Order: sequence, then C-alpha cells, then structure tokens
Amino acid sequence: MRAKVYVTLKKGVLDPQGETVRSALETLGFGEVRDVRIGKFMVICLNDVPRDEARQRVEEMCKKLLANPVIEEYRFEVEEG
Amino acid sequence: MRFGIIVFPGSNCELDCRWVLENVLGQQAELVWHKETALGDYDCLILPGGFAHGDYLRTGAIARFSPVMAAVERHARRGGLVLGICNGFQVLCEAGLLPGALLRNTTMHFLCRQVHIRVETAATPFTNACTRGQVLRIPINHNEGRYYADEATIARLTANDQVVFRYVTAGGEPTEAANPNGSLQNIAGICNEGRNVLGLMPHPERAAEALLGSADGRLLFASVLRSARTASATPR
Repeated sequence: MRAKVYVTLKKGVLDPQGETVRSALETLGFGEVRDVRIGKFMVICLNDVPRDEARQRVEEMCKKLLANPVIEEYRFEVEEG
Repeated sequence: MRFGIIVFPGSNCELDCRWVLENVLGQQAELVWHKETALGDYDCLILPGGFAHGDYLRTGAIARFSPVMAAVERHARRGGLVLGICNGFQVLCEAGLLPGALLRNTTMHFLCRQVHIRVETAATPFTNACTRGQVLRIPINHNEGRYYADEATIARLTANDQVVFRYVTAGGEPTEAANPNGSLQNIAGICNEGRNVLGLMPHPERAAEALLGSADGRLLFASVLRSARTASATPR
C-alpha cells in the first residue's frame, strides 16, 4: 500500500518560492493567479497492514519527522496498490 | 576548557571551529562523530555549520535524530553549554532545544557575506565579554537563515531577554535593509530560557582573526572562557 503525504507551510508563513512562481506566472499572462504556495509531496510505500494501522503509523511519521509543526502543516492519504 | 565539536555527515565548519579554539584561544577541542552515544567530559559542545545529512527534508531534520543528539540534549538539560552555529542552530531548533525554525531566505539567494549584528544582551555565557548594543562584524553563509517563530514565542523570547543578536546596519540600527534573510525582527541569534544554549546564523569562527577581516567573533569564544573562569571561582 502507499501513503501520499503533502507538507505545506502554515498559513502566515511567508513562502518566497511560491511568491517568485506567482510573479513568473503573472509575467506569463496568468494574471488570475492570486497566490502560489509550494510544498512537498512524498509517496511512501508500505508493507500491507490494516488501513487504520497504516494511517496511525503515517501520522506518527508526520509528527516525528516529515513535518515541522512550527512552520508546516500536513495531510495524507493511504491507498491500496 | 574542553570543547567537543559534533560532526555530522555533511558538517563542514568543524575544522574552522577547532582551529580557533586550539590555535587562537589555546583550548582543548575534539571532534565528536555523530554516531557517538556517550560524550566525554566537555565544558562546551559546538554544533558547527555545514549541511548535516545533506539538509534533506528540512535543514537539521535528520541530524536531530543522530545518535549523538540524545547526549547533546542531556548535556544541555544539565546546564552544559551548547553553541549552534548556522546549520548547528538549525539542528538545535529541530531538536527543540531552541524555539522557532529557520526558513529559506526571502531573497532566494544563498548568502555569503559580512554582516553586522548587535549584541542584544551580555547576560549569556556566550556574550558576557561583549557589551549590550555592541556591533560585531561577522560573516553569514546560508540559504535557510530566516528566523521564524509564532507571535507568542517571539513575545516570550523578547520578554525573557533571549534574543541575543539582531542584524543591524554598521551604525547599529535594525533596519529592514540590514536584515539579509527576512528573519522576524532581524533576529540573528537566540538562547534558551536557561541561557546555556545559543544558536546563531553568523559564523563567529570565521571572524576570529584580524587576518580574516574581523576578529569580532572571538568575543563569543572569549565569553565562554570567561564564564568558565567565573564559574570555577565561585565557591560551590
């Protein structure tokens, strides 16, 4: 099974990379873009275990290592395959 | 004094630190590999600059789980001195030994240049040879140096006199232009509540001899020596 983990900067934490990309998109004619936030996307392959257990373990991974709660938020999905 | 300099895979300022401690200040300094789980009898531990574990995921995120870090935490909790320089500061924040985090510079540039920092408090073992308000010229060398913490944490740091250094102009003014990386309130270095753990982004070990353009950084190490002398002179 696989977990897809999304880590993004918290609201209110300045994202200069996102701002640079927003500005580039504007230059390219995408004037409708209001804001860009850049984060991390991780795909984690897991041994097959009950889904609840997998969710709990991935939650622990996020808390312990994958995201820093001072600056980041996370969410994830666990799927078969 | 005995200094232990923690070396992670990817650290790259450990030899500069050792040079200054041994050759400039005449102290004992040993390199300690990150796999060590027990530390010798060190008075002060230094987490040097570099790119520990490649700075993968986040700066310091992997390093904070290196085997040696449990011993660093014990040393800190006992009141032992810990100095984190640049990447070492990032590791200390990730480890929770200092509050806040270091984020990508707002300029989106890797910055390597001299800056001016102002000593905001001389009441730490790392700044007691300085005077409050003194301006030091010390280089920075980082990509992720933007200090961030939530409002409550910044207020607490300020109230407890834990902001130790701010980026300033040569004249000592903490202006926006003098802030190289977008750090909140121009913060360049902080200490913990116990005042025995200090983290700063500038590199004092690169400014400890006039030959290198500035010897201001030597004051931090001289402070540590002075605090040790004071401590040993105090009857227990």
